[in-house]
Amino acid sequence: MATASAPKPPAFDLAAALKEAGLTAFVMLALAAGIVAFHIVDVPGGLAIETRFGTAIAVAALGFFGRLGVILLRTARPLPVLVVALAAAAVWIAALLAESLFGPDWAARLQMTLPFDDVVVNWIVALTALGFALRALWMLRNAGASAEEIVDRDAAMDSVAARVARSSRYIGPVLLVAAVVFPLLIFMPETAWLPSVDRRLLDIGILVVTYIMLGWGLNIVVGLAGLLDLGYVAFYAVGAYSYALLATHFNLGFWICLPFAGMMAAMAGMLLGFPVLRLRGDYLAIVTLGFGEMIRVVLLNWYKFTNGPDGISGIPRPTFFGLPFSRTADDGGETFYSFFGLPYSPTDRVIFLYYVILALALLTNLFTLRIRKLPVGRAWEALREDEIACRSLGINPRNTKLTAFSIGAMFAGFAGSFFATRQGFISPESFTFIESAVILAIVVLGGFGSQIGIVLAAILLIGLPEFFRELQQYRMLAFGAAMVLIMLWRPRGLLAFREPTIRLHHGVSPPAQTVAAARPDEVA
Amino acid sequence: MSPSSQMQPGPEPAVKKSLLVVEHLTMRFGGLIAINDISFVAADREITAIIGPNGAGKTTVFNCLTGFYEPTIGRLTLNHPQRGRFMLERMEGHLIPAQAGVARTFQNIRLFGAMSVLENLIVAQHNTLMRASGFSFAGLIGLPRYSRAEARAVERARYWLDRVNLTARADDPAASLPYGDQRRLEIARAMCIEPALLCLDEPAAGLNPRESADLNRLLLDIRNEHGIGLLLIEHDMTVVMGISDHIVVLDYGRLIADGTPEEIRSNPAVVRAYLGEEEDEDLPEEVAHDIDVKREDD
Ligand SMILES: Nc1ncnc2c1ncn2[C@@H]1O[C@H](COP(=O)(O)OP(=O)(O)OP(=O)(O)O)[C@@H](O)[C@H]1O
Ligand SMILES: [Mg+2]
Repeated sequence: MATASAPKPPAFDLAAALKEAGLTAFVMLALAAGIVAFHIVDVPGGLAIETRFGTAIAVAALGFFGRLGVILLRTARPLPVLVVALAAAAVWIAALLAESLFGPDWAARLQMTLPFDDVVVNWIVALTALGFALRALWMLRNAGASAEEIVDRDAAMDSVAARVARSSRYIGPVLLVAAVVFPLLIFMPETAWLPSVDRRLLDIGILVVTYIMLGWGLNIVVGLAGLLDLGYVAFYAVGAYSYALLATHFNLGFWICLPFAGMMAAMAGMLLGFPVLRLRGDYLAIVTLGFGEMIRVVLLNWYKFTNGPDGISGIPRPTFFGLPFSRTADDGGETFYSFFGLPYSPTDRVIFLYYVILALALLTNLFTLRIRKLPVGRAWEALREDEIACRSLGINPRNTKLTAFSIGAMFAGFAGSFFATRQGFISPESFTFIESAVILAIVVLGGFGSQIGIVLAAILLIGLPEFFRELQQYRMLAFGAAMVLIMLWRPRGLLAFREPTIRLHHGVSPPAQTVAAARPDEVA
Repeated sequence: MSPSSQMQPGPEPAVKKSLLVVEHLTMRFGGLIAINDISFVAADREITAIIGPNGAGKTTVFNCLTGFYEPTIGRLTLNHPQRGRFMLERMEGHLIPAQAGVARTFQNIRLFGAMSVLENLIVAQHNTLMRASGFSFAGLIGLPRYSRAEARAVERARYWLDRVNLTARADDPAASLPYGDQRRLEIARAMCIEPALLCLDEPAAGLNPRESADLNRLLLDIRNEHGIGLLLIEHDMTVVMGISDHIVVLDYGRLIADGTPEEIRSNPAVVRAYLGEEEDEDLPEEVAHDIDVKREDD
């Protein structure tokens, strides 16, 4: 059919394809032999080794067929892939749903076809097969699509990103209104057309907004100044501990401590900044990673000061202009409820926390949007593009880097003190490397420098997994798979697009062709 | 126009106002002596060309001048009537453009690729804008002082965009420009720092003949209208012979000739450096041609 009109597909060498697929199967088998085939189980009276050779062979077989499918798709032969993958996907999905669809008899028979014991793994395999089938179908419909396809897709995504960036004037306020209204829905009676909001959703909201703020803060360092910082969580920790220690030792409130915590974090940023000034890229990443761990180890071991692994508890909650959100005030003064004559409700405090972090996040965003149009912000971006050129123009790279580091750190410090006041308890546990990695993933995924991209990425990476907490053990797997896919599909980040910070020609920019056509005459 | 018409007759270079004085400049990289004891003077309002075969040490001279390398030995003095006197070899890299006003371009173009053409020119005015915006704080809270300074910066950028014919592309990413445009943009960016001395590292490399002729005109205009000194590294002999007032020839890190284009054209040491034991095919076409003409003269 459509293939007839297509340009001649690349040559297909069956022997080579089988060899490649066989090699994959061998590697999978070797790996599976170690990891899957032997399983240590508890038996009465000790441990025993259970063998799972069938599973290991299934892994190898899937590797073989998967690789063969990839090779066939690569050489533009989608038809066999479509048939086989569709059949496999249909059978497996039917088997997985058999219990409810066809009753127990059929279920038992169909489930024989499933390669693994675990339902979730079977689902992953079935959906992967479906993915192969869809890909093959797509190739059949767009016969003749070639290797330029990836470039085209990237360009298509670029135009999407450009459209998003251009329409962020509208999307931004809409998202903002949604974010502001969201916690109020909790008061709404449950209706069919409004999503119901409960405490848990509100908590997830707080978490997501915290990460959005951290993402926006790290974006100053990584996205704008181009300094790959793998130890951002250190500043988050400095902020959290600054607030916790100030509040518990000196009895100071959240709002007074907030600027101090930010300042302490900014100073930590400077301290880190000085020794790493000369480093770039990978080296910088390694040193900042080390710094992040150093801070955590110090917090863990400086027992007298930080209470070590026991952490700090009893951190005061933020007040509403001095009015605490508690049933009764300790000193017998007014509470938020007695002052406004409201009945006590523990949800109000959560809503208040939500608005606090929302305000802090918006402050970060506003700052970034403004600083990009100022000399310092432009120097950061120039530094990201070419440090040597910066130096030749009289820009001081040292000071420019230091400002980026310390301002980025300051926002992490703000977020850290919010974290401390929200949890009421902090310990070094909360500031492990994985946090830095997640924040960096948000920035990278969102598209370096794209503010809305970071919001989307935070929702994807933080919000969605929270909903799927039931799938605990597969969460990190899905996280990793998503990262790999996006790096393959769009290495510059989902919504990578850069709008100039200043324009010479206002109004609609002339289309590229017109400009190109106009050029020769101008030169002449 | 004849370049020598600008020159004063007779061997009296001391009379000319010297802008840059290079004395006994030596640069070693481990065992390799990239520059070996060279001294020359570049005059104000003149185009001084530095030529020499590949690897002669031309770019290294620029890197010493602009603070990227610290010379092993030597003194680099910039004398400017308004700005004053600067010992370049002792200054921190970024202060050389900022205070002494030495701007440069790079052999392999270094633009801020993701930033727009206009932004490239605004970044070049960083120090002026930083002062005007109170180190960005005044700008952050929206003081009008900064918007005025920015408008002036845009005006200067627009002037240079017009000069290099890039006004229509002002809002496009610099990396999207064709090669020749990128070269001109780099020159415009260097001019935006209002330099006293402009150092150009092979600005005509990769240009077609018409672009090259446009470039000659631009460089002469910069010299005549803006009254600054230019230091020019170039392999293209039509450019070098066409516009330079004074030529310095390097070979294997040594200075082998120094004089007017006429003097250089007939200098046997230069001819030998370019011919050496090598094949003529290795030379850029214009050089080979130039030297062939020369050989017949001999
Ligand atoms: N950073 C460095 N470390 C070691 N050697 C260097 C360094 N920079 C330059 N060199 C060496 O110094 C010599 C002169 O190099 P330079 O780049 O100045 O030559 P050039 O005259 O600009 O040549 P071209 O015409 O090819 O640009 C070369 O042998 C080069 O290898
Ligand atoms: Mg060179």
